Amino acid sequence: MAERYNFGAGAGGVNVETTVLGADEIILNMGPQHPSTHGVLRVKLRLDGEKVVGSECVIGYLHRGVEKIAEHRSYQQFAPYVDRMDYVAAVSNGLGYCETVEKLLGAEAPPRARVIRTILTELQRIASHLFWLGTHALDIGALTPLFYCLREREEILKIFEKYCGARLTTHAFRIGGLQYEAYDELEKDTERFCKDFDRRVDEYESLLTENRIWVGRTKGIGVLTADAAIAMGVTGPVLRASGVQWDIRKSMPYAAYDQYEFSIPTGKNGDTYDRYLVRLEEMRQSRKICLQAIENIPAGPILGKVGKVLKPPPGEVYHSIEAPKGELGYYIVSDGTTQPYRVRIRPPSLINLEALDQMIRGHLVADVVAVIGTLDIVLGEVDR
Amino acid sequence: MPYVLPVLFALVIVALLPLVAGYIVLVERKVMADMQVRLGPMRVGPHGLLQPIADAVKLLLKEDIIPESADRLVFWGAPLISVTTAMVALAALPIGPFFQIAELNIGLLFILGVSSLGIFGIVLGGWASNSHYSLLGALRSAAQLVSYETSAGMAIVGALLLAGTLSTRGIVQAQAQTEVWFIFAAPVGFFIYLVASIAETNRAPFDMPEAESELVAGYMTEYSGFRWALYFLAEYTNMIVVASIATTLFLGGWLRPFASTSYLDFLDWLPPLLMAGVAGYCFWRAPKQPVAVQKMFMAAVGLLCIVLALVLIMPMAAPRDSFLASSKAGIHGAFWFLFKVGAYIYVFMWLRFTFPRYRFDQLMRLGWQFLVPLSIVNVMGIGVGLALHRQLNWPAAPALILGIVLTLVAGAYLLATGEKHEHPRVGEEEEEETPVNA
Amino acid sequence: MTNDSEEKQPPRPAEAEKPAGTPAPSASPSASGGTPSGETPGKPAAPSAPVAAAKPPAAITPPKPAAPAAPAKPPGPPPPPKEAPPKPAPLDNDLVKRYKARFGGAVVEALLDRKQAILVIAADRLLEIARYSRDEEHFDLLVDLTAVDWPKREKRFDLVLNLYSFSKNERVRLKALVAENEPVPSVESVWPTANWLEREVYDMFGIVFEGHSNLKRLLLPEEWQGHPLRKDYDILQQDEAWVRENLGIESGQ
Repeated sequence: MAERYNFGAGAGGVNVETTVLGADEIILNMGPQHPSTHGVLRVKLRLDGEKVVGSECVIGYLHRGVEKIAEHRSYQQFAPYVDRMDYVAAVSNGLGYCETVEKLLGAEAPPRARVIRTILTELQRIASHLFWLGTHALDIGALTPLFYCLREREEILKIFEKYCGARLTTHAFRIGGLQYEAYDELEKDTERFCKDFDRRVDEYESLLTENRIWVGRTKGIGVLTADAAIAMGVTGPVLRASGVQWDIRKSMPYAAYDQYEFSIPTGKNGDTYDRYLVRLEEMRQSRKICLQAIENIPAGPILGKVGKVLKPPPGEVYHSIEAPKGELGYYIVSDGTTQPYRVRIRPPSLINLEALDQMIRGHLVADVVAVIGTLDIVLGEVDR
Repeated sequence: MPYVLPVLFALVIVALLPLVAGYIVLVERKVMADMQVRLGPMRVGPHGLLQPIADAVKLLLKEDIIPESADRLVFWGAPLISVTTAMVALAALPIGPFFQIAELNIGLLFILGVSSLGIFGIVLGGWASNSHYSLLGALRSAAQLVSYETSAGMAIVGALLLAGTLSTRGIVQAQAQTEVWFIFAAPVGFFIYLVASIAETNRAPFDMPEAESELVAGYMTEYSGFRWALYFLAEYTNMIVVASIATTLFLGGWLRPFASTSYLDFLDWLPPLLMAGVAGYCFWRAPKQPVAVQKMFMAAVGLLCIVLALVLIMPMAAPRDSFLASSKAGIHGAFWFLFKVGAYIYVFMWLRFTFPRYRFDQLMRLGWQFLVPLSIVNVMGIGVGLALHRQLNWPAAPALILGIVLTLVAGAYLLATGEKHEHPRVGEEEEEETPVNA
Repeated sequence: MTNDSEEKQPPRPAEAEKPAGTPAPSASPSASGGTPSGETPGKPAAPSAPVAAAKPPAAITPPKPAAPAAPAKPPGPPPPPKEAPPKPAPLDNDLVKRYKARFGGAVVEALLDRKQAILVIAADRLLEIARYSRDEEHFDLLVDLTAVDWPKREKRFDLVLNLYSFSKNERVRLKALVAENEPVPSVESVWPTANWLEREVYDMFGIVFEGHSNLKRLLLPEEWQGHPLRKDYDILQQDEAWVRENLGIESGQ
């Protein structure tokens, strides 16, 4: 099969093959430069007319060897690198990494740090989902929601900027807690954002949820059954939309999630529409968590007892968090030196993307775009 | 010298059209920005007023790239076909009672025929590019045009039945005589034409052929620079053409609203007041512009509007029976015609920024399973109404309303049955399927 | 704090209670799914599927039940006093016993490191053990598959599989020692998601998986030389070769 993907130079080089039925099968090279592959994803589509009969993802265009880099940096030095993986949810990446190293050290962040971490991570989840919603809608042809979504995301980025000075690749946390004390109006800013936000989500919904075209474009598209989803290792909203109510925040709580009330939305049909609804609801739940968290931020130190030089005892640890896109896991092996012996990052985007082929078979080219969008991949994370 | 005036008009149109198209793009971007809580182009000229010029210069100066494996001749000629046919179609449209290049007794047929030829430009361009995206875009475009031309044609037939003539001028005059714009006599027909014309001009939510998120730019993918600009020009010209047809057929052409109601004649003051208002706004904003050039430019725009307002007001202020007074119909007619065309195009933009894009098969289903049958029923409905009116001497209003009701019933039926086909669900209906359980 | 559950998971109890409590959790993936074919996690059944709307919510959430078994309070605000630095220790709970009973010597070692269970297994029986883990122990989700290189060891690679069980809310790590050039059975037939993960491991470490449907590089280009995540991979060599070939000069690095 693999040899059949044989391209002439340049995107869309004509290469027609004959199928069993005698019809001409077109091979369409989508990406790596394409408006809606969300970066440098390249999908080779085999088309029968406009129907997809097979596909293959070609990834690695953004491969930076993050895991190799980690082996040559000290634990603290590596922390900023993880922000560059899922660059629309850098805070979550940082949280996962810091907690993993803490676990490796046998240390823990103080309560105050955990609560602030939770707030920022949930804000980040909202921001990530907003960005997803905007671009997903854009892929399906709705131009306008993107700007509404970015308007709200901007508010969140402003909070990040006030907190740590950076908007995108924040490097917000430190191993053992936080680097920065929360600024004075963090609660107020968060509250102001949250107060408005519910109404804003309703606004997006009014544009899309019951729109005939939107429903027509998303319902029944890219269906992933619960079994298939688990078999493909899919996690996060994609898995939940298939009806599996599993969220690491609940099942193996980290940071301060065990202190807050929230629910895990699930879908039923595992199609693109359900994934859309699940993510919208997740934003609402994240807002709820934020509101609960700012009510009571414990006082105390923000940095736990970790040394200046981190030398975790030999051993290994796997720790994962519920990143906006799914289970973000870090598997770190220590050999007792200041540099990790091996860092493995389990990127949710990569593994969710693997299900793409299965989801688009039999659909049309237009649906490929919708499904890529609904998987919410970030190529920085896929390729690392 | 009967040809002098038409040739003059033709020259004016050909010369102005690129400019107009450019400014429609600007307006579109501004409208889009307004709907998307942002400002849109603001850099080139005050409020981005010179943006189209800058864009045009940029496009003209760009390197002219022809893909190596493209069919050079066809690649070169295809945009010309598109743009030529689009412009030729404008010839038979009456922009007001005086401004018309050619009055043809088969005017509408001519416009339809010529503008349908534009598809050749798209298909050939897509094919000549030798790229899959282009090819898919071109094929989609062809299929789409064929499908929607059918229902658009049928919708037009409905209006033609009412007018009884193919001459564009005659159609407007028929509306003047009956004192009813055909949008009220055949609302369903207007709706069908609206949808079909969006599809025909490849505008969102039917912009399948150039669906940027799927096919990059569809048939235009391999084009750049001037040739790309020609396609763009063709697209916007086509928009003007369909908007003009709709205006002529359904919106009373150059007629003022309530044209024959003499006690509403004060409405004639509306156009000059509008222009004066725009001018006032320009003068108010001019001092607030940051740069001297922009101040001057803004003021110049205001002056232009004042001049237009004066032009519009002149025939009304002039003594009766003078030449100026007799030109009122022409000047005001042109204003109203362009105003309606503008409003129609605005609806295009509005829809574009509101809706997601249809998928190709959905588009086809909508076209063939809903619009085509509905347009046929529409023709029959109007036919029944007219027969009752003309043969059985029913009063016009109830007869036509009966026809409209018939059509609407058919439409509702189509909608209901179409719904069933659209989502072949496995299970039962469920609306609260998604969220939340704690 | 995630993985605490599993170590003290010695709780045969947790597992034993399961049957009673499980039906619901196990149903979870399919329960609310419009897909009647649910079977993965636990008992296939999922009979109550259609009615999912009403109360299943409570029942559905698989996670919590298992958690109580874990004494180490997960993340509560006051961190439990930390004593000696964590280090791997032998583990002998019910899970391990079951594996050992089934596979005998193939389970080379069982460890507990940072409260996380690790089973070191023989590479040649990986497929078998994987299938058992999924079907009998309900580790439905292959979370991750990766490798670690220890060049000085006789069998230089650790092949690491992180598994998760929805019904038990428990993680376990399978670790197989693999020598260079020693083919490993692919677990793609057990967890389809292993397809890309194994490709990545092949790409980065050069471990060859037997029975893989499409074993080629995932992230790096086809013509890439070497396997970068091996400890002895020298980035400079690569660079010099590239520079020489493409630029025709000596690399300055």
